[in-house]
Amino acid sequence: MAVIFQLAVQGAQMLLVLLLAPLLIGFVRKVKARLLRRQGPSLIQPYRDLIRLMRKEVVLAENASWLFRVTPYLIFAATWVAAALVPTFAAGLQFSWTADLIVIVALLGSARFFQALAGMDVGTSFGGIGASREVMIASLAEPAMLLIVFSLALVAGATQLSTVAAFMGSPEVGLRVSLGMSAIALVMVAIAENARIPVDNPATHLELTMVHEAMILEYSGRHLAMIELATFLKLVLYVSLISCVFLPWGLAHAGAGPKALALGAVAYLVKLAVLAILLAVFETAVAKMRVFRVPDFLGAALMLALLGTLLLFVSRSL
Amino acid sequence: MISTVAVLLWGLAALLATAVLAGAVSRRAFATRLVYGTALVISAALLVTVASHLASNSGEVSAITLPLGLPWTGARFRLDGLSAFFLIVVNLGGTITSLYGLGYGQHESAPHRVLPFYPAFLAGMNLVVLANDAFAFLLSWEFMSLASWALVMSHHRDEANRRAAYIYLVMASFGTLALLLAFGLLAGPAGTYAFDAMRTAQPGPLAAGAVLALMLLGAGSKAGLVPLHAWLPLAHPAAPSHVSALMSGIMTKVAIYGFIRVVFDLLGAPAWWSGVVVLLLGGITAVLGILHALMEKDLKRLLAYSTIENIGVIFASLGLALAFKANAMPSAAALAFTAALFHVLNHSFFKSLLFFGAGTVLTATGERDMEKLGGLIHRMPVTSFVFLVGCVSISALPPFNGFASEWLAFQAILQSPELPQWGLKVIVPAVGGMLALSAALAAACFVKAFGITFLGRARSAVVERTHEVDRWSLAAMAVLAVFCLLAGILPGLVIDGLSSATLPLIGDRMPVQAAQPWLSIVPIAESRSSYNGLLVFVFITISASLAAFFIHRFASHALRRGIAWGCGFDQAAPAAQYTAASFAQPIRRVFGGFAFRAREAVDMPAPGALEPAHIKVDMHDVAWETFYQPIAGAIDFATERLNYLQFLTIRRYLTLVFLYLVILLLVLALWP
Repeated sequence: MAVIFQLAVQGAQMLLVLLLAPLLIGFVRKVKARLLRRQGPSLIQPYRDLIRLMRKEVVLAENASWLFRVTPYLIFAATWVAAALVPTFAAGLQFSWTADLIVIVALLGSARFFQALAGMDVGTSFGGIGASREVMIASLAEPAMLLIVFSLALVAGATQLSTVAAFMGSPEVGLRVSLGMSAIALVMVAIAENARIPVDNPATHLELTMVHEAMILEYSGRHLAMIELATFLKLVLYVSLISCVFLPWGLAHAGAGPKALALGAVAYLVKLAVLAILLAVFETAVAKMRVFRVPDFLGAALMLALLGTLLLFVSRSL
Repeated sequence: MISTVAVLLWGLAALLATAVLAGAVSRRAFATRLVYGTALVISAALLVTVASHLASNSGEVSAITLPLGLPWTGARFRLDGLSAFFLIVVNLGGTITSLYGLGYGQHESAPHRVLPFYPAFLAGMNLVVLANDAFAFLLSWEFMSLASWALVMSHHRDEANRRAAYIYLVMASFGTLALLLAFGLLAGPAGTYAFDAMRTAQPGPLAAGAVLALMLLGAGSKAGLVPLHAWLPLAHPAAPSHVSALMSGIMTKVAIYGFIRVVFDLLGAPAWWSGVVVLLLGGITAVLGILHALMEKDLKRLLAYSTIENIGVIFASLGLALAFKANAMPSAAALAFTAALFHVLNHSFFKSLLFFGAGTVLTATGERDMEKLGGLIHRMPVTSFVFLVGCVSISALPPFNGFASEWLAFQAILQSPELPQWGLKVIVPAVGGMLALSAALAAACFVKAFGITFLGRARSAVVERTHEVDRWSLAAMAVLAVFCLLAGILPGLVIDGLSSATLPLIGDRMPVQAAQPWLSIVPIAESRSSYNGLLVFVFITISASLAAFFIHRFASHALRRGIAWGCGFDQAAPAAQYTAASFAQPIRRVFGGFAFRAREAVDMPAPGALEPAHIKVDMHDVAWETFYQPIAGAIDFATERLNYLQFLTIRRYLTLVFLYLVILLLVLALWP
């Protein structure tokens, strides 16, 4: 019985992230529009977009291979599995032991690997430009993310995300400089990984400025829908990750009853909304940077994460 | 009852006999099939012998002394847990490479320069791993080096290959010299060349430090540690592709075996700073290796540079194991050591696979330059699929095998804050960052390797005429692809298999993984960290199939082919695609400044002028210019000065001899 309940909680989280993902994007877009004193599209516009895309035919470039057609499903699957392993409203998920934080980072890396390959499959310069810039950004963002994972793992004594979340919610965490550095670095990495301003602009289709959009330029119809959904999921994943590690309040613990779970769900929604508003305000306030300024931005994240880890190593003997 | 090591030696004698036979018949048409077939059978037999030895009585040592070699020493051979593991790596590689050679060898233009040396090379690698005294070890090591040198020279009409072989020969001799001195120090004043005697004798701290440095020079130059790597990206690609696979995938592992055998086994308890040295060298090697690989446009050279990266990862794990061992933390040391050995196995799988893939591309198109390829996925579907598997594995992406060993290495790093020394505390996180950086750059590198070679549109006419290669080659690559997946989704079984190699050297082993539920791997405790490659694989498969099912059930099925978007221009030339150089340009701008002292200069014509603009990139191989050129210059200078000694009269020669004699006698007289 307990196992079934646990499985139900796990399944609920998987469905929750899938269903919430377009809403979160719609909410961010709405807030951004309101900040610019526009009315903005409705909150459920991303759902409508996805459904419309699914109904449309696929226009496949002449040179596209089987890899191009398989990739959307692979990207979606890898991102969804990764998102399902991040605690949203309850820690101690049924399958949390199958993969720790390092695996989650690597799963996102797999999705990006195939996305970059798909960008190069058609053989236009847009795909190449997107793929080449994406791997440049990833080559700095991924090590920064891994060093953040190291810091968290050293503080909590585990790379298991459920254990980390439980530890961060307990009073023994205290205030630590290295955690502050990791938090800032994580936000910077999250901005880069989700192709948000100032690293990339999700709304642009101007050739010289796009990274993510350039890679998926040749996608259409149901394939594009899968990739868009995966992009939405990735944002939810990072927002959930930040909130479960650095804002662990209200997170239901392993084996909690329905009441705690309901409380956790409410707290989760509030956290999502707050972080989405912050993201929208930030994106409205800053300008996009030139592509070759991005390494400076991510280099700063990498250095912060490294400093945080180094501090933890050194302070262990004090 | 004949001992296992004797059986193995009979097998090696058969391999050597094959080499001699191949020399006799190598110009006949049937020779290729005969040699590779025989090598396949013998390697498989050796593999089965070692595996059954491990399975029936794991950990048991089997030794033999043959009355060969120097008359008063003999040649000792021994099979223990460590050598059994490396024998499996060598012979598994040998078996699959011979299978590949059955097909690939048919396209060889000069088979009589390859066939006699191929079995000899396999036998040499086996002998190094089995040797149990310094004499047998050095002799087999030189034999292995010379056999591989002959294979590098097989296409000797190419000027570049001759240069590569020359540099390889110089570096190999230098490495053997370092090994000779290391064994000299280990043997001590008594001059006992048997490993068993060296194991019991404990050298002083100064001698131990010197032995470590000499091993890093000797074994490190063979494995490709920076800055001793310069020969590797020249020599490995120059050989025929299946030999490149052996050199990159297997021979570098034999060098690592030599390092482990001496530093972990013969040298006794390590000092903590030895861990720092090995860690730092490993980290630097990993980052520089993969950065060089990213700048390459020659597919085989790219793979050779990526070998250097993987060697760096292995050495970093070994350095961590040394640091833990020096601080009496056996369980953490076992974790780091297992990570290193696991990566040895994984790299032998995916690097062989990738070199085979490069070989089939070479046979089909005659090109190694990626910038002349492209679009091969349409022409060679099977090759491109297995090559993709290799790329995913080497980029450390789950659920394939490269990720499993990388994950173990990261877990080992997370054990290290408990280390007491400050030097280690500062170095370990930095090296952890370097490993993370090299993993991310490896993914970028193999996006480039696969994307430019196999995806996009054909960049030259030769690609339009290519087709899939023979079944033997495809079978060999498919087997390796399956191994990459299996080792990735069942890492627990591999880790348990490594315990018999870990236990005698470290004094501990990782906890038994086969007992874990659902075949997870749990290095310490489940609440701390665990990874289940099988379930991750199953989850990805299920969710991808679910998504595909829902899409095909509920969404539109319509599909139309159209031309790609080109800003309103259609039929853009294939040359307008991204090339290997342009793909790597952003990364060159980020890392090139310090790694290659790269400078870019744009030559822009005046407004209105009609000549084209030019971009000029100036890149330097820093290791080559810092270490090799000054040494080569010094040797040139000295030989130039001494050259006139060659043209003296007989009286002057006699005077010189007399003076030398006087000096020698004076030294003897004045010696305290």
